[in-house]
Amino acid sequence: MSFLELSGLRKSYGPVGARVAAVNGVDLAVASGSRTAIVGPSGCGKTTLLRLIAGFERPDAGSMELDGTLLAGPGSFVPAYRRPVGLVAQDGALFPHLSIAANIGFGIARDTPDRQARIPELIRLVGLDEAFLQRRPHQLSGGQQQRVALARALARKPRLMLLDEPFSALDTGLRAAMRKTVAGVLEAAGVTTILVTHDQEEALSFADQVAVMRAGALMQAGAPRDLYLRPRDRMVAEFLGEAIILTARVADGHAHCILGAIPVDRDAQHQTAEILLRPEQIGLQPDQAGGASAVVTDSEFSGPTCTLTVEVASGAGEAGTLVLRHPSAGAPQVGTRIRLTVSGSAHLLS
Amino acid sequence: MQASADSTLIAASASRRRRTAPSRLSWIGLAAVLVTLLALIPLGFILWVTVQTGWETATALIFRPRVGELLVNTLLLEVLAVPACAVLSVALAWLTERSDLPGARLWAWLCVAPLAVPAFIHSYAWVSIVPGLNGLSAGALVSVLAYFPFLYLPVSAALRRLDPALEDAAAALGHGPWSVFFRVVLPQLRLALCGGALLVGLHLLAEYGLFVFVRFDTFTTAIVDQFQSTFNGPAANMLAGVLIACCFALLALEMLARGDERYARVGFGAARRLVPASLGRATWPCLLLFALVALLSLGVPFYTIARWLLAGGLQVWRLDEISAALGHTTVLALGGALLATLAAIPMAWLSIRAPGRLQRVLEGCNYMVGALPGVVVALALVTLTVRYLLPLYQTLATILVAYMLMFLPRAIISLRASIAQAPVELEQAAMNLGRKPLDALWSTTIRLSAPGAAAGMALVALGILNELTATQMLAPNGTRTLALAFWAYSGEIDYAAAAPYALIMVAASLPLTWLLYVQSKKMAGQ
Repeated sequence: MSFLELSGLRKSYGPVGARVAAVNGVDLAVASGSRTAIVGPSGCGKTTLLRLIAGFERPDAGSMELDGTLLAGPGSFVPAYRRPVGLVAQDGALFPHLSIAANIGFGIARDTPDRQARIPELIRLVGLDEAFLQRRPHQLSGGQQQRVALARALARKPRLMLLDEPFSALDTGLRAAMRKTVAGVLEAAGVTTILVTHDQEEALSFADQVAVMRAGALMQAGAPRDLYLRPRDRMVAEFLGEAIILTARVADGHAHCILGAIPVDRDAQHQTAEILLRPEQIGLQPDQAGGASAVVTDSEFSGPTCTLTVEVASGAGEAGTLVLRHPSAGAPQVGTRIRLTVSGSAHLLS
Repeated sequence: MQASADSTLIAASASRRRRTAPSRLSWIGLAAVLVTLLALIPLGFILWVTVQTGWETATALIFRPRVGELLVNTLLLEVLAVPACAVLSVALAWLTERSDLPGARLWAWLCVAPLAVPAFIHSYAWVSIVPGLNGLSAGALVSVLAYFPFLYLPVSAALRRLDPALEDAAAALGHGPWSVFFRVVLPQLRLALCGGALLVGLHLLAEYGLFVFVRFDTFTTAIVDQFQSTFNGPAANMLAGVLIACCFALLALEMLARGDERYARVGFGAARRLVPASLGRATWPCLLLFALVALLSLGVPFYTIARWLLAGGLQVWRLDEISAALGHTTVLALGGALLATLAAIPMAWLSIRAPGRLQRVLEGCNYMVGALPGVVVALALVTLTVRYLLPLYQTLATILVAYMLMFLPRAIISLRASIAQAPVELEQAAMNLGRKPLDALWSTTIRLSAPGAAAGMALVALGILNELTATQMLAPNGTRTLALAFWAYSGEIDYAAAAPYALIMVAASLPLTWLLYVQSKKMAGQ
């Protein structure tokens, strides 16, 4: 039995007759204490899904259970303020008219005995100094505001924490550090977490379970590594990172393509099929070594790495162009003849 | 090479700005100082008369039961009407802006429309329906109906601008809808509420006609009475002094209540669109509330005017008289609007292009003077012209100056908003192309701010159209504006003969009120 269970969740917007389904039949199970990332391009319905889980919107159909308690279902609906669900919004949404201390204490009932003690405790928990308590939200930087928003959401001891792109407004350097802090704090508090983001790298590094969403439906959910290496289809493959997709003939546990015979992860027989390789699986060797022969036709320098375009000519007369990354140091010049080798196995796309 | 050329250019333009800025500032700054000094005349004059009257006479005139009585009346009126306006406006604004009320746009407009009916026509309508209406409760009732839109406008604009993410955050922290409203929404309306409440409070202090109809004495009615019986004796001036003190007390109170807190959105990124709250079964009672407000604030005046027009028939339309009144009103309204807008240019320009200590002081002065009731301005100008500049007494020039002083803040605010939208680079480009500073200012910024100037002129004209006290005291002999004609007929209890004038004033005010409504929407970014 999973901790959070969504089944057949639907939500549409717009006037009758021209309704647009923002969430169109979502099923998802989240394990207790885990971190799940819902990732998808903008407009895929991930924010609506988050708002449904938070209780800001009432689903049109489907049901939602948290630890065996029905939150929403046919004829029943628990509003946001009665759900043990915390939320950290994109820009923190701190109350501008209240001090930091009052912001953090907002969710703690006034008659709670240790209320005054918990506020400094919470701000220390998110790695800020107690001196911040007397300040106002506008006196804090973006990252500090996000930390306060997290402390405020934790104050209620929620059983489920929702993060709505909380890192997207921060600059790149700060983002990774904040992600680590937040993951650490939530892990220590043992709170089940759902992160919504459009950044696949963030999703893969943050979560135990990644769910890829598109056009209101979940395409696939699973462990980050599984999803990255064994996506169900081309869309999921390309969304989660750079993909090299080749046509191949599959037989006897191998895919035969322009790069030669590569072991596949699934035994099957296909006359023509699509296989997926990640660019980092392909190695560049000097011309004399083994592997498929290729020529570098273009090279684009971008600091630590170079983006190389190589043209592969296989013995069967087929030709193909691949785009690969290579460390700038020792990158081959345009016109150099090289050999390509593949490590690991290819994933057979269905 | 390119970079260094650019930086040279920037340095050159910076040094040019340093050179030219003081000379431009001195011309426009001088004009602004002159306008402000002119604006301070009424205030200074009342103070000077107080000093001249001597301490003993002054205290004898101020500390007497009559003044105490007026003070209690004024206080009670403010305490009753302002909170009632605030509660009503917040409820109406929330329903039109944040709920799924059917026909919300129409109701929103109907909540602003009562402004098109001058306050004294509101009370004319009420008194002719309920002749026995008088005293404090009647005054408070009619005041609320006539002035609540002054609070409704800023509150609904503020509600539209609120960031819904804050309400979501509060709900996620375990607060129910009512708690969210009182702890998150209402505190963010504080600035709008303070500003609107101040405006209503000042109008209550300045209003004359409304309270005469319901026979309720305030400082303003007492000053006019005193003026009519003893002309410009020290008694009227002392009452005006106390009235000024009341105005300043309101200004100070508002400053205290406003605080220096920050209410702007802290975050970044676009705010999500608001999801209207579902009223469900409360829809019908809410619609009933709006219908009741519209009935009392619009239905009553329109019904009364229509009834008297029907009763009066064709005889009340004395076309020669009406056209003369229309002509007088047009001349005064246009002249006053033009003068006020011209006088507003230096102040508005300074506050956008050269904000600083001088500008803050000048703006503060203009703001204070704008808060003074028309009766105070008029009394000061009467005393001044009679004592020192008798040829100017009751001339077109004096009444236009009085209008300018009274309505300067309206013109400044409209003009300032549109000057802020005209980029300073255009002015600099014009100077770069060889125009002299004032010429450059005129051909770019002033041209571009023409819509704002027009809106400001319309608002000033609206004020003059409905002005009664200053016009009564200062206009040249034989002047008969629409408001004065209405006042004369209704004073003779010839309500039917007054009705055509009421109709024309309301009809002329409606488009101006529409402008006000559109402007408030624009300021909220819609």
